[in-house]
This record gives sequence, structure tokens and C-alpha cells, in this order.
Amino acid sequence: MSNKKSTRRDFLIITTSAVGTVGVGAFMWPFIDSMNPSKDVLAGATTEVHLAPIQLGQSITAVWQGKPIFIRHRTPEEIKSAKDVPISNLIDPQTDAERVIKPQWLIVVGICTHLGCIPAGQKPGENRGPYNGWFCPCHGSAYDTAGRIRTGPAPKNLLVPHYTFLEDTVIRIGKEV
Amino acid sequence: MSKTPNWQKWIDHRLPIFSFIKKDLKTYPTPKNLNYLWNFGSLAGLTLVVMMLTGIFLAMHYDPSEQYAFQSIEHIMRDVNYGWLLRYIHMNGASMFFIIIYIHMLRGLYYGSYKNPRELLWILGVIIYLLMMLTAFLGYVLPWGQMSYWGATVITSMFSAIPLIGDTIVSWIWGGFTVSNPTLNRFFVLHYLFPFLIVGCVLLHLVALHVHKSNNPAGIDLRKQDMLPFHPFYTIKDLLGLGIYIIVFAFFVFFAPNFFGEPINYEPANPLVTPEHIVPEWYFLPFYAILRSVPDKLGGVILMLGAVFILFIVPWLDTHPVRSATYRPIYKWAFWLLITDLFVLCWVGANPPKGIFILIGQFATAFYFFFFLVLMPILSKFENPLSVPRTLDDIKKRKLPFFSIIFYLILFTSFSSIANHETQPSLPKLNWSFDGPFGTFDRAQLQRGFQVYKEVCSACHSLENIYYRDLSALGYSKKEIKAFALETTVKDGPNDEGEMFDIPGRPSDKFFFPYLNENAARAANNGAFPPNLSLIVKARLYGTDYVYGLLTGYCNAPKGIEVPEGMSYNTYFRGHLLSMPPPLITGAVTFSDGMPATVDQMSRDVAAFLTWAAEPEMEVRKQMGIKVIIFTMILTILFFFAMRRIWARMKE
Repeated sequence: MSNKKSTRRDFLIITTSAVGTVGVGAFMWPFIDSMNPSKDVLAGATTEVHLAPIQLGQSITAVWQGKPIFIRHRTPEEIKSAKDVPISNLIDPQTDAERVIKPQWLIVVGICTHLGCIPAGQKPGENRGPYNGWFCPCHGSAYDTAGRIRTGPAPKNLLVPHYTFLEDTVIRIGKEV
Repeated sequence: MSKTPNWQKWIDHRLPIFSFIKKDLKTYPTPKNLNYLWNFGSLAGLTLVVMMLTGIFLAMHYDPSEQYAFQSIEHIMRDVNYGWLLRYIHMNGASMFFIIIYIHMLRGLYYGSYKNPRELLWILGVIIYLLMMLTAFLGYVLPWGQMSYWGATVITSMFSAIPLIGDTIVSWIWGGFTVSNPTLNRFFVLHYLFPFLIVGCVLLHLVALHVHKSNNPAGIDLRKQDMLPFHPFYTIKDLLGLGIYIIVFAFFVFFAPNFFGEPINYEPANPLVTPEHIVPEWYFLPFYAILRSVPDKLGGVILMLGAVFILFIVPWLDTHPVRSATYRPIYKWAFWLLITDLFVLCWVGANPPKGIFILIGQFATAFYFFFFLVLMPILSKFENPLSVPRTLDDIKKRKLPFFSIIFYLILFTSFSSIANHETQPSLPKLNWSFDGPFGTFDRAQLQRGFQVYKEVCSACHSLENIYYRDLSALGYSKKEIKAFALETTVKDGPNDEGEMFDIPGRPSDKFFFPYLNENAARAANNGAFPPNLSLIVKARLYGTDYVYGLLTGYCNAPKGIEVPEGMSYNTYFRGHLLSMPPPLITGAVTFSDGMPATVDQMSRDVAAFLTWAAEPEMEVRKQMGIKVIIFTMILTILFFFAMRRIWARMKE
């Protein structure tokens, strides 16, 4: 067998294998993508909440994308205590102003950043923990009045979802598709 | 030769997978004279894999309940990413699987592949075929359309032919008094289970195959030097076949996805109304024809089952010492008569059991059994074979695969004649912008059609499967879509007092349903229920032309036909009498683009709009189809040249 012939064959075989591999890869993508959220799920990805009925000092739990959203109408004392904390004391340093659009409305995803439990502190009489925010019953993470992690195993502050004020007291949580 | 790495040796010593791959996939001796009919075994295996993959991913979105099954299929088709692709692969895959398997089986029948020592190999194959038929039947029920439902009812009712305990068995299968929710649920579970049983049988089939190796077109036992290692000679040949197969498969998936299906199955199951003409899927037609050829319930079922089970004893019916039909002049002709007979049975099965079809069906049924029970044993005894070559060297010229060519031709041409059997007044055939593989929707036409729907049709007809957000495909802006949605209100709630309340519609809402419920709709429409129009184009043969024909087909009834009060005569409606008065009058809408609103124009536009509503994925589908087919053609050409290079080695 001549050398020239065998190079040609190798080149041909390598090209064929490469094109075939691309084909198999492309064939796999629709299967993988089919498991992503479907169009109807994405279209329902926003929630509107009317804030007007929430009394000063009261909290409500809204549902956004199936997750609890804590909305607290904060009292001036709560806002003050959140603002007065020196940033350097915090596990996940963030100022209060970075976490709210209007100071009286604190809006956070009510899922502990440790392992996904729902912290207590929404209903009157529930244990709000040492920092008067929320207290996770699972492993004892305590959050303050800005939803920031203060003590316990959780690594991050409670997540602030994307939201916009449509009117003075109406918000839309989530990005519109 | 490169040396085997130590880690491979370590594993192989404990779990001999590498020696298995080497022995059974690489160096596995394969006859060098196999023709392309031997490709179909590996194609069947790959089809099984594709069916299981698509099936598993579809099952992640499917809901096996009476209430949601049909809707969940539409959810897959419209909302799930690439859902339409997975479903169309799965749906057409069933038909492709049967085409492949039938060729594979008939190849075995022609070349005597079931003869000593391959009897169990054949029997395992027949078991796989039986399991496949069961799985296909169960799967066809899952979309829960009209044909699903009534197919399930008819097939399961066959068990009621069993004397004494028949009815008990049927209600055991149903889990109720009719085909209903428990039936659907168990059918789904079994449809998911059976493919794994098939995999088990396929493995046994392969074990049996690898004992005595493949049969070959000459049908003789080969010498060692007539064998080639499976890899690379047959891996590349199988890949070439695969390339061609994918092109055919892709053609159906992307350009004629509903070719093998029945339009009526896009109507949701209705336990109170049987469709006028019910037929099984094409791959069951011969057996269906045999069932109907017997005027006795139990007799028909027995004969139909016999037609399948007779395959089990084929190795003992045909005991002629020569395997290949190439050297059996009489058997060869008997074989082609059997093929013809099968097509005749298909054709009879697809037609209503009336007049001449009954007689033809009975003759064809008789020949089917005559072939197996009389011809096979008699020819085994008395047929004089041609001189059979002792080795491959005795075969001088390579014969053209003449018979296989004819075979393919008959196969493909007959499908079209079988598929479109409906006899109705022939519809006007219009030219649509979305016809053909490159056709696209005309956005202006869709918008006009939507306007006609919104201002006329939507007074009575819903469009339940469409969301307002879907209108972006018609070229509307977000703002316009919001405005359309705001025109309606949606029930929401309950609020803190437990009461329902109305809120303005949003783009993520479905189209407004014009009535409180079905009874309210019937009360307002002379007892008739205006159907959901989302799928009407798919639910009728030549649906777009049908919608246009229906809207323009109103006329005075011919003499002698009495049109009852509140009904109208229409040329294209089945039975001609329908409750919908002529909905369109000239000038019913005012088109913003200045197009004159004639009945003809409005009918065209709304027919186009409803085509979009039924197949919103059509443009994406065709574009992807073109890419897939071009890519596969390139790959197939590469396979072809690679095969030539590799097979050139054999001659050296």
C-alpha cells in the first residue's frame, strides 16, 4: 500500500468521524433543551403584588415562580436598625440601601441560603431570631431587618428578586419575557 | 498493533467487556457477500434506541389522565422546547420501525434465514415483533384523540370474543366499564415498560445470532476465508445505510409529519361519538383485513391471531434443504405473490368493508394461509432447486439486487395509495404561501385572518390552545398583544373572601372561551357545539383547503334534499347539513391594509390563520428540516467514500 493512499484514507476517515460526531452532538441538544422551562412556564414568570393593604410592621408572603417572597412593611425603627449596622460586622456585606428600592418595603426571596428551608418570622408570634428579622428553624441561621445573614451557617443574605414599581404601591416581581 | 494498556487488562481480567467488544463487535466474522438488505437489523436496533430516547423525554411532559392527556400533547407540541421535534420523531419513528422490521422479516423469509440452525433466532425475532405491535398499539392510545380512543375500544373488545369469560377479561383490561382513565394510565405504564422487554429480547436475538453468525444471500455455510471482521467493513456499511435512512426519516419528520397518521386523531377523545371510518395504523392493516374477512366474531379474532402466530412455526413449515430463494425458482415466485398479497390486504384493510372489498379480502386471507400451510410444506418436498454453489468462488457475477429494487418501489408507491382513502367531494386545491418545503406564512395574511377570527368566528368558536403571547409570531408588537389581551377578562381568585373575580387579560393568558361551558355553547347554537378551532386544520384531511371550502361551500340544497330549520346546506361538510349558518358576508370586517373583504378573501385569510394556529412550529420545522437533510447528505457522501476506501482493502 502506498503512503499517499493511506494518508488520503486517514484524512477521509478523520473528516467523516468529525462530521459524524458533530451530528450526534447536534442531535443531543433538543433532548437536553426539552428539559428547560417551557414557554408557558417562562411566560408566567412574573407576579404582580398590591402593597397597599399591608399594614406598617406587617409581613406578607407572596408566591413568585413557586417560591415564597417575603414582603415586609418596615417600621422606621426597623429601617434604622438595618442602616445602623457597621458593614464590617456582616458575613455578606451589603448596605440596607443596596437591598431596597423604597426603604419601607423590604422584598426578599424567603428561602434560607443555607439549604433551602423557609425561615420563620412572617407571622406575629413566630420566632424572628436575635436580629428581629427571620430565623431559620433548620440550622439556626438568623437574618436581620434587611434580610441579611447575621449568625448561623448560611453563607449569603436572603436573595433580593428583580422587581419594579409599576405604581406607587404595585410591584411586579420578575423580569418580563 | 498497539499494546493493550494495563488498566484495560486489569478491568478485562475481572469484567471482560473489552474482550467482548473485540470478539462480538470488532473481529466478529461476517459473511463478505451480504447485500444491503442485511442493513436493516442494525437500523432496527438504532430505531429502538431513538424511540426509547424520544419516549423517555416525552414522558417527562406527558400527563396520562383522561382530562389532560390530549392537552399535554399540545403542550409538548407548542410550549416545550423542541417538543414538536421529539414528538414527530417518536410518532413517525413508529412507522419507520415497522417499515424496517417488515423488510428485515421478509428478507429472512426470502433467504431462509430461519432454517437450521437459526430457528430460535427467528422465533426470538417473532417475539420482538409481537412486543412491538403491543407497544405500538398502547402508544397510539396515549394522545387520547378520537382514533386513539376508538382504536383502543375496538382492539380491547376483541377479547370479549373469548367464550364465557370474555366480558370479565375486557373489563379487567379496562379497569372500568369503558376505556377510561384507569385504562389510559395502565396503557402508559405498559407502553413505557414493554420497550425494555424488547431490549431484553433483542439481546437474546443477538446472542443467538452470534452463535452461528449471519446467514447470507447465497444461503450456504461459508468458509473462514469468506468472512470479514465486522469492524470496519460492516460498521461503515451500516453507517452508510443509516445515513440514507436518516434522510428518509427526516423527510417525514420535517416535511410530512402527519403522513402516517389519521387527521381525526387531532380531535379529543369523545366516548359518545365514534368516527365514521375507523382504521388502525397502516402496519396493522393486513391483520385488520384478515379480522374483517371472517363474518364470525370469534373466528375473525382467531384467524387474525393465527396470521401472526403462524410465523412461529415457519422453520418447521419450510424444511426445504436450500435456504436462499435465489436457487428456488418456485418458492421465489410464491414469495413475491405473498408480498403482493400483503399489499392487497393492506389496501382492503384501509377501505370500508363493503361490496367487492369483502370478497377480495377473503381471497387474500385465504392465500396468506395457503402460502404458509400448503405451499411451504409442499414445496419443501417437491421443489427442484437450481444448482447451488458450494462456495462463494462459484458465484461469478454479482447479481443486481433486482428484486429488492422492485420491492422498495412497490413499498413506497403503495403507501400513498393507502394513505389517502377518504372519499368526499373533492376539495378546491388552492395555492398557499406555506405550501412545499420552502413555504412560509404570509404575515399580512395571518393578521387579516386573525382579524376575521376575532371579529367573526370568535363569537362562537374558541381557540383554546393559543395564548395571546403566541401572536408575536404573526408580527404583532408586545404593545399590540397586550392590547388584544386587555380586550378580555379572565377569572381569577379566589380572593381572601373566597370569591372569584375578573381581572384584565394578560399576554400569558389563553384565548378567551366564548361560553361558560359546553352546554351553554350548545344551547346557543341549535344543539351543536362549535369546536375548538386550534387544531381544525390538522384534524381534517387537507385541512387548509377544507376550511376554505367549508366557508365558501354554502349553496342551495339540490332537489330532493330537505334542509331542516336552523341548518344549512354545504358542499364540503360531511353529510352536507350543518348547524353553522354562512358565517361570512362581504364586508363583515374592514381590513386595515385595504384588502377588499370579499367572502373569498376572508375565507382564504382565516384558513391560513387557522393553519398557523394548528401548526405554529411549521416554519421552524421546515427550516430545520432543510438543514438536517443537507447535513445528513454530506455525512452520507462521506460515509460512501469512506466505505469505498475501506472495502478496497479487502481486495488487496
